Amino acid sequence: MLRDITIGQYYPADSIIHKLDPRVKFIATLLYLISLFLFHTYIGYILATVFLVVIIKLSKVPFRFIVKGMKAIVFILLITVVFNIFLTPGKVLAQWWIFKVTQEGLIQAGRMAIRLSYLIIGSSVMTLTTTPNQLTDGLERIMNPLKKIKVPVHEIAMMMSIALRFIPILMEETDKIMKAQIARGADFESGNLIKKVKSMVPLLVPLFISAFRRANDLAMAMEARCYHGGDNRTQMKPLVYKRQDFVAYAVVLCYFAASIGMCVIGW
Amino acid sequence: MKLDNITYTYSPGTVYEMHAIQGVNLDIDQGEFIGIIGHTGSGKSTLIQHFNGLMKPTSGKVLYEGKDIWQEGYNLKSLRSNVGLVFQYPEHQLFEVDVFTDVCFGPKNQGLSKDEIEGRAREALEHVGLAEDMYKKSPFDLSGGQKRRVAIAGVLAMNPKVLILDEPTAGLDPKGRDEIFDQIQSLREKRGITVILVSHSMEDVARYVGRMIVMNHGQVAFDGVPREVFTHYRELEAMGLAAPQITYIMHALKYRGLDVDTQAITIEEAKKSILQALGER
Repeated sequence: MLRDITIGQYYPADSIIHKLDPRVKFIATLLYLISLFLFHTYIGYILATVFLVVIIKLSKVPFRFIVKGMKAIVFILLITVVFNIFLTPGKVLAQWWIFKVTQEGLIQAGRMAIRLSYLIIGSSVMTLTTTPNQLTDGLERIMNPLKKIKVPVHEIAMMMSIALRFIPILMEETDKIMKAQIARGADFESGNLIKKVKSMVPLLVPLFISAFRRANDLAMAMEARCYHGGDNRTQMKPLVYKRQDFVAYAVVLCYFAASIGMCVIGW
Repeated sequence: MKLDNITYTYSPGTVYEMHAIQGVNLDIDQGEFIGIIGHTGSGKSTLIQHFNGLMKPTSGKVLYEGKDIWQEGYNLKSLRSNVGLVFQYPEHQLFEVDVFTDVCFGPKNQGLSKDEIEGRAREALEHVGLAEDMYKKSPFDLSGGQKRRVAIAGVLAMNPKVLILDEPTAGLDPKGRDEIFDQIQSLREKRGITVILVSHSMEDVARYVGRMIVMNHGQVAFDGVPREVFTHYRELEAMGLAAPQITYIMHALKYRGLDVDTQAITIEEAKKSILQALGER
């Protein structure tokens, strides 16, 4: 159940995409997401699809694995599609009671569905090919200029990497506690909503206690190693752009320029 | 209880695929005291979760009292009250406001009457040696060893016929460890239940159990009485385990020409055998 969430999960493989600088991947993802909202017609979406498919092929991450991550958003996707179909004014195609299906609604719903799924797929490709540590390193470097206006960039990045690091640990912990309580006869599945919420108590109390205990231990361990924030801190593996990164930037910029061009001429 | 050719594979078909256990066959009779030993990652913990149906084998069958537990319509809940499983660091599962209520959680889930629940909780707490004045304390105010006993009582209160304990003494000091082991021993005598003890320490287990199962790479490497298993001490070493120190001493003495019994596992036995051998000379 919990294992289905692939957002934020790393898929180890040896590919060009994996070797790229995290900054490149982050900026490329951002530009890709923006481009999704620039297109007006299907020609644009063909370009977006081709781009995405090529990247996935290059990344060597099995397509099945990426689709698995979509399960988590199926519900949101459905709501969006339903609302768009029924609530968009325009030429009425079919009518039943107060519900109207319009041509514009159908088009709008399709567009939203494509945008949302590509949004998720695009960002999962980034997280699947970048380790959480690389990702936060990259973010820290990208946000570096903000230090001038007293934004605690290093601290934010550190918190992010800790949070990401703890997701699998807490999931494992949840699994363990759940099993221990099931072994004591707890029932997490049957019953009505109130009963289900109540049955969560034996799971949540130990989970919170263990999370606080872990946080405490970690803080202690960091302090014992003289950690005191970002000032004058050097990195073990500083990020340096290589040739492949510039090539990747060039490709992404070409793609982005093309999308803007298509937006301007109304495709 | 019977395991018939059990295999469990984590994340089949992905890069993370891993065979945790492979082709395990076990027959366990009521009343046995069994130790399961293996180094970290040998599949012990995965194996024991098959006993009460927390994990479903990728292939093979688990039989309890002759019935396949993964058959359609089998009542897993009743199985879980017959086969009690105490996980590693069981104190992490405590959640109630006081010790007594926490121990009541198990029997309450079995749907017993209030009197019965309290009677069982009282009995279980008594069996793990917790004094009455602890009952109303918050479980989080207790010491590590006490917490663990509360957690073990929580499973005992369900009156299981089989009790499985995963590293029940991990992280306890030698005194706490001996206390827990002695209590498990006396529990078995008092209740006549089957006890399965999971550990990576030979020395601890050898003193108590009647049968020892050694796991290695997800397979059963040895299965027999401890004495017999320890004669394979060289193979055990290759698996990253070690026989009790006594075994080494006895083998070394034998090698030097003293005719001692190499199967001795306690200090008393060894002493007797050495004195005897010296007397003969």
